[in-house]
Amino acid sequence: METSEPVIKEIDLSFLNEVENESQIKVSACFQCRKCSNGCPMTFAMDYHPYQVVRFVNLGLKERLIDSKTIWLCSSCHTCVTRCPNEIDIPKLMDYLKGKVSTGAGQAAEKNVELFHREFLKSVKAHGRVFEGGLMRGYMIRSGQMWQPRKVMDNALLGLKMFKKGRLKLTPTRIKGLNKVQKMFQRHWQ
Amino acid sequence: MKVSYYPGCSLESTASDYNASIQALTGMLGIELSEVEDWNCCGSTSAHSLSPELSLVLSARNVVRAEAAGRDLIVPCSLCFNRLKTAEKALRQGTVSEYNFSGSIQVRDILEFFSSSEVLDRFVDMINKPLRGLKALCYYGCQGNRPPQIIGRTDCENPMDMDRLVEACGATAVDWPFKTDCCGASHAVARQDVVYELVGRLFDRAVAQGADCFVVSCQMCQANLDMYQEKISQARGQKYQIPVFYFTELMGLALGHPDVSKWLSRHFVDPSPLLNQLELL
Ligand code: SF4
Ligand code: SF4
Repeated sequence: METSEPVIKEIDLSFLNEVENESQIKVSACFQCRKCSNGCPMTFAMDYHPYQVVRFVNLGLKERLIDSKTIWLCSSCHTCVTRCPNEIDIPKLMDYLKGKVSTGAGQAAEKNVELFHREFLKSVKAHGRVFEGGLMRGYMIRSGQMWQPRKVMDNALLGLKMFKKGRLKLTPTRIKGLNKVQKMFQRHWQ
Repeated sequence: MKVSYYPGCSLESTASDYNASIQALTGMLGIELSEVEDWNCCGSTSAHSLSPELSLVLSARNVVRAEAAGRDLIVPCSLCFNRLKTAEKALRQGTVSEYNFSGSIQVRDILEFFSSSEVLDRFVDMINKPLRGLKALCYYGCQGNRPPQIIGRTDCENPMDMDRLVEACGATAVDWPFKTDCCGASHAVARQDVVYELVGRLFDRAVAQGADCFVVSCQMCQANLDMYQEKISQARGQKYQIPVFYFTELMGLALGHPDVSKWLSRHFVDPSPLLNQLELL
């Protein structure tokens, strides 16, 4: 992230307040002990470690977080919040930041992760339960992997093996209370 | 004993073997499972990632339906359990305005339920085929234990429920430091490389500890460790061959349930050579 531009340009002084008020997470309690990050299983793939995410919120470095891969790669394993001496709910903070991006603050740095979540929710909205077959098809098409023969082959082989072993369901189950579920989506999803 | 049951979407498909072993086992132990009527998906990682409010109401609907049936709610999938438990807590605090909940029932993780003395004592009395010689690594994963603020456990850094169950079956639970590490479940589709790395580390450790197999209580963990094992072997230039059992399958084996082979035939890594060698099948 080092550029010749002065860092000061990036600073949004109201960001900390905004995050704390909207998410109810006490981000300013962090004293940078890094205990969260020592136990985080995903740091090998992240662009910023969890303690840096917390630090960036405190410093008002909003854009860096909006553009980061880390918020999408956090697996919500809750190791960090379990060990944080200040009980800062980092996975909840990551969700909050993902929410900002997906409701228009930017583009997800891990496009396929966001796409997968969207396709998953579409399936739940359509049936009330997720239908893995339909979810995978939607994901493959929209991620462009439908046009990559190797990916298609890999998935077809896995699907076939799952089917033979009775681990693949071929039709969705539609719940009776689908109406209710769809109302929840109307109210709470974008 | 009567309890409500929330199978979750995967137990209708990828984890149908888990479902079958749970049904069989509860039948043998005289536990009546009644599925929550018309349950819906908890929204999994995707809902809480994009809309925590949606995640909460989706899960709350199931908890409230279980309360209407008047029995504690047993949940096999660790992810569903985590979401439903989070909703239970919010309902108790009155922060989900859409629903009324009087708090008369609890959401319980299936592993905690089976290892509670009310169930374990019954089980131990019925064992007729102890699993002697089997060296198992109990892999708990993340969602069933953490965060303690929600789950309410004090042993989340070193849970022992599954170890006690496995030992009760007559097998040896091998101690290891990666019990509650994450398998990357939610990234299995979009970032397979990440899952391969996380699970690969578990495999290397299993080999180093000289264990025969993994035991799990979550179907996400099972899928990541079992279905992708061949691929992960190729990616890491190794030849892993480590069966991944559900704890309920080992319990069924120890009780001599006739369907055990049927459940195991759905695994990708065939456990029968190991079990035959130990004369357990
Ligand atoms: S463990 Fe908590 S206090 Fe320590 S660096 Fe991480 S967030 Fe900050
Ligand atoms: S919840 Fe996210 S940030 Fe925290 S330890 Fe797990 S992967 Fe890392």
